[in-house]
Amino acid sequence: MNNGGAKRMNGAGEEDDDEDYVNGDLDAWERTYTDERSWESLQEDESGLLRPIDNKALYHSQYRRRLRSLSSTATAARIQKGLIRYLYIVIDLSRAASETDFRPSRIVVIAKHVEAFIREFFDQNPLSQVGLLTIKDGVAQCLTDLGGSPESHIKALMNKLECSGDSSLQNALDLVDGYLNQIPSYGHREVLILYSALSTCDPGDIMETIQKCKKSKIRCSVIGLAAEMFICKHLCQETGGTYSVALDESHFKELILEHAPPPPAIAEFATANLIKMGFPQRAAEGSISICSCHKEAKVGAGYACPRCKARVCELPTECRICGLTLVSSPHLARSYHHLFPIAPFDEVPPSNLNDPNHKLQRNCFGCQQSLLNPGNKPGLLVVCPKCKRYFCLDCDIYIHESLHNCPGCDSFRHSKAD
Amino acid sequence: MASAPSKLYADDVSLVVVLVDTNPFFWRASSLSFSQFLSHVLAFLNAILTLNQLNQVVVIATGYNSCNYIFDSSSDLNQSFENGRMPVMCSSLLQKLEEFLIKDEQLSKEVPEGRIKSSLLSGSLSMALCYIQRVFRSGALHPHPRILCLQGSPDGPEQYVLFNILSVIYSFLLWLLDSNKGFLLFRYVAIMNAIFSAQRSMVPIDSCYMGAQNSAFLQQASYITGGVHHKPQHLDGLFQYLMTIFATDLHSRSFLHLPKPVGVDFRASCFCHKNTIDMGYICSVCLSIFCKHHKKCSTCGSVFGQAQSEAASASDKKRKTPET
Repeated sequence: MNNGGAKRMNGAGEEDDDEDYVNGDLDAWERTYTDERSWESLQEDESGLLRPIDNKALYHSQYRRRLRSLSSTATAARIQKGLIRYLYIVIDLSRAASETDFRPSRIVVIAKHVEAFIREFFDQNPLSQVGLLTIKDGVAQCLTDLGGSPESHIKALMNKLECSGDSSLQNALDLVDGYLNQIPSYGHREVLILYSALSTCDPGDIMETIQKCKKSKIRCSVIGLAAEMFICKHLCQETGGTYSVALDESHFKELILEHAPPPPAIAEFATANLIKMGFPQRAAEGSISICSCHKEAKVGAGYACPRCKARVCELPTECRICGLTLVSSPHLARSYHHLFPIAPFDEVPPSNLNDPNHKLQRNCFGCQQSLLNPGNKPGLLVVCPKCKRYFCLDCDIYIHESLHNCPGCDSFRHSKAD
Repeated sequence: MASAPSKLYADDVSLVVVLVDTNPFFWRASSLSFSQFLSHVLAFLNAILTLNQLNQVVVIATGYNSCNYIFDSSSDLNQSFENGRMPVMCSSLLQKLEEFLIKDEQLSKEVPEGRIKSSLLSGSLSMALCYIQRVFRSGALHPHPRILCLQGSPDGPEQYVLFNILSVIYSFLLWLLDSNKGFLLFRYVAIMNAIFSAQRSMVPIDSCYMGAQNSAFLQQASYITGGVHHKPQHLDGLFQYLMTIFATDLHSRSFLHLPKPVGVDFRASCFCHKNTIDMGYICSVCLSIFCKHHKKCSTCGSVFGQAQSEAASASDKKRKTPET
């Protein structure tokens, strides 16, 4: 816990000689320093003064890396994306998950980010479904069935966060395999395992189970919280998933959110098919009916299943009565930005900025923030390769991660457009 | 950003980003002249700024050829009067607007004939959202942002009947991917992207539509993001409409009876016959919509297996029953 290699700065805190104590011997005020490691967020500038670390540039370079890796796969070919996904999230609730190397403990961090992930997942994949599984005392248990409502999953998860016993990869995979074999063939089967333990306690030969998963075309990905394990790596390699180990909380968040956008589809993994779907209309305002999802009488604002006329509260969902998938047309439109991605912006090399011939925009085209640092020196900025407008780094991230539009290109009428 | 003490940012402080439609092809034909419209809007903007000292107003012009920021109340430091005539706010806004209109006009190469062309709403929406993100970044406490579209131009040809257009997008899909020069129908996707992004950051899009036919597209935008949509009956009283409906901050809205959305249709049109349908078949690869079962997807060319969707939903049902 007391990591002597941590970057220590003179004057960062008063408790420099507490390093050798074990955590339990520290006073409460000392513990807050060792727990939060507040000195790690400081760095020394050229004149020896302490400053907060410039996270902005750091975040941005991480984001650029992510964007590049995404766009390189997307531009490689006309990649088909698996838009209809059936994902099981397996959460390791073994003894190892209660370790406190993540603050306040691994499991709390996992729960927090799984919640964010589930919301992001449904935002990006409105037609997909998620289920939750836990591993505890060497046994895998199904927490929630596959479903499309983020709230019900999050609620179920938050009630079950006790950790105990060993972890068993094989039991989890067997259970997932059983569930995912039932889903229709057009769906993309995926498992995301959040693994805290450094061992797996299995009843049989896990290699056979891995081969079984491979045969069932389940894409297994693992995010480790401790250290790299051969068996996890082997599993991911065999089934075409990704394996990564989180360094700290922010890294873990980044790794888990990487699984939210639809992965490139592998043609033989899911067969194309026509899915029957209903487009329910909004029920008339003021009409009273019993909704099939909460089993309560409600007034107005609901949707009626076109096949069985049962009432549901929100879309997208599956009709509880007749099983028809119910969506609204904007849900289909929401998936389209995956099919029409916008080009990554280019970073502007600093040499260009000093060029007097080069007329530089003074403000970010998106948010109007000044692009000049204090001292009138231009900071890091990016340029859209199509419309040649300059943007600040924050807008760059927002545009590519959430908006999926280039404000510059959209606010200029192309001659070809009409 | 305004450097007000943070505790002053109570729940009734608003940031209103107003998107003003300056499309000359609409205003030429409108019963309300553009200058009359501007006097209504300026009075409205002044009213918002005086409702709360910390309120902020940003105005973005949505032109025919371009979009740009024309006013930002936080950057104008001098709110005083100039020679006792017009407040500086109005004069700087009008001056910027004039510059914008001249520039916008120069950009148009030829005058389109036929019906009124749409303005570049997707661009100004995207800019407004970028600005709002900057406000979100400015700290934990900030004014509550919302977007108000004052739109007169009709929905673009690409937005006409929303989901008929999806079919057009799809028939262009392969062509777009092949030739990589597909500007043609991107604007529809762009507007939908902006709406979803606004929804995700919980920014309501209010819309006031001044054109002849109601805009199906703005209705959807307001509905999806939880904003208010209204089409004034009498444009002469625009100021009254703006004040009573769109001036209230987000917190106070819960106490008011604002216009409710009527009949937002979420049904889709099939790509094969362009019929509006309740139930249909969706291609699992490209999400094209069909009214009947086909053997092959006409859009992406995938060959389908047998119609097993019925069987699948039956098995789903079986799996669900014990739990419920």
